[in-house]
Amino acid sequence: MTIAIGFEGSANKLGVGIIRDQDVLSNVRHTYITPPGEGFLPRETAQHHRECILNVLQKALDEAKITLKDVDVICYTKGPGMGAPLTVTALIARTVAQIYNKPIVAVNHCIGHIEMGRLITGSVNPTVLYVSGGNTQVIAYSRQRYRIFGETIDIAVGNCLDRFARLLKLSNDPSPGYNIEQLAKKGTKLAPLPYVVKGMDVSFSGILSYIEEHLSGWLNSKEFTPEDLCFSLQETVFAMLIEITERAMAHVKSSEVLIVGGVGCNEKLQDMMKVMCEERNAVLHATDERFCIDNGVMIAVAGLLQYKTQGHTSWAETTCVQRYRTDDVHISWRE
Amino acid sequence: MNDFELIAQGAEARVYKGIYLGKPTLIKERFEKKYRHADLDKRLTKDRIKAECRAIIRAKAAGIATPAIYLANLERRCIYMEYIENAVILKEFIDKKLSEETNDDRLLNFIAQGLGTIIAKLHLKNIIHGDLTTSNVLLKNIDDDHIKKYKNAANNFVIIDFGLARVESSVEDKAVDLYVLERSLLSAHSEIPLLFSKIFDIYQKHYANKNQCKEIVSKYKEVQLRGRKRLMIG
Repeated sequence: MTIAIGFEGSANKLGVGIIRDQDVLSNVRHTYITPPGEGFLPRETAQHHRECILNVLQKALDEAKITLKDVDVICYTKGPGMGAPLTVTALIARTVAQIYNKPIVAVNHCIGHIEMGRLITGSVNPTVLYVSGGNTQVIAYSRQRYRIFGETIDIAVGNCLDRFARLLKLSNDPSPGYNIEQLAKKGTKLAPLPYVVKGMDVSFSGILSYIEEHLSGWLNSKEFTPEDLCFSLQETVFAMLIEITERAMAHVKSSEVLIVGGVGCNEKLQDMMKVMCEERNAVLHATDERFCIDNGVMIAVAGLLQYKTQGHTSWAETTCVQRYRTDDVHISWRE
Repeated sequence: MNDFELIAQGAEARVYKGIYLGKPTLIKERFEKKYRHADLDKRLTKDRIKAECRAIIRAKAAGIATPAIYLANLERRCIYMEYIENAVILKEFIDKKLSEETNDDRLLNFIAQGLGTIIAKLHLKNIIHGDLTTSNVLLKNIDDDHIKKYKNAANNFVIIDFGLARVESSVEDKAVDLYVLERSLLSAHSEIPLLFSKIFDIYQKHYANKNQCKEIVSKYKEVQLRGRKRLMIG
């Protein structure tokens, strides 16, 4: 039996998760929430992580009923993400590893999402839709890499949703996306937004500028309500995501889909994906906010897989990087 | 459509084969996508059928082999077009050739010559295909002799599926079109990583407007960086 602890802090969530082989022992998270109309900035986010880490770590250990001495391997997010919060997380992981003299493993954040999604849902070889505040990718596995079939050519879908929420001054608590989802349930009228699919890639920045341009006109003339706009935005961007996922599935002849990443816990997105899957006799795997949103467990899961096949990361390489692509990682633990 | 038989179902359309007005015909039906809002689905389907017909006609006028359009019916969401006989899908052709281990330079040169020439021709006429993949290219009347004489490769290539096509003269759109192709080659044909750069070389050779060609190349590099080096947070 191997116990792994994962530290995640690449964006505004700080998470510590502990697993024993394939069992989740604890999964604690604290989110840095900004006032309505504002996004999170690197310096303040890093400060939040520094302030909260000891409490989060203690809580994770208490819930798992272990101490750091029992841990076999320390895993942390190497990247991609924001520099300042990543540095804090790496520093903590390195310190703990030094104090308790434990092996340390540097993990790619995106691979963390995928591997935990596979573990929790039991899917074997899915086409993965990875949607979050910083990433939008359609991924399929082939020859020891998670290959990116389609992705955004500008901003991520979550970023588009977050910035839209800021335009409407929606609350960031618990997350902008959640509040858009709730408001959208009351929307009825579909606004004609741009729909941009290029091959298997998508683009969101045009939609956002289109909304920025028309927003005050729409609201003043009462042509569309904020609820209608939330509804329209979700209908449009999710349809784009599902279209490229389906294209990738047709391309690689896959019949399994896994949704991961923070936007993945949106139930509207899951429902739409389910309809698409039913039409082509495929199976949908999705998880809820505990596992979709960034957390420590995902880092522990991917880190443990990596540790078991490749051993620990050498001390000199336990750094962090802001840019780290999903297809850069050699997946040694799969056939 | 009674005598037509379903031959394939893709992500967006069902494809039927039969005889229409005495000619072998293929019907491409863009069936309703239930996951999309009905209004959005109608709008997209209509736009795409129109775009496909327009682009095919323009491409034909530019001397590029595409299936001829016989009929378009927006109400029934379908296009009747020429059925290309003796053809294979380029993706399957490549996979088959690779499994036979005939992965030599000739195959690579043949494909690069064909695709590079044709895409340059399309772009010179401001036609953006929008979904360049090896699944959207047919090879007709192909045998091993053709591959050896790859100089005339373009004669064997037929471009299909113009559903995401646009007529657009901007350098940005041409660069993105190429980037889409590169990405699809990397993921679908990772065994032949050199394919795209060869295609791009031939493309530049055949792009008659040299000034614009330079702009496309530099724009292409910019587009590539936007994707590869983008910050990825969360």
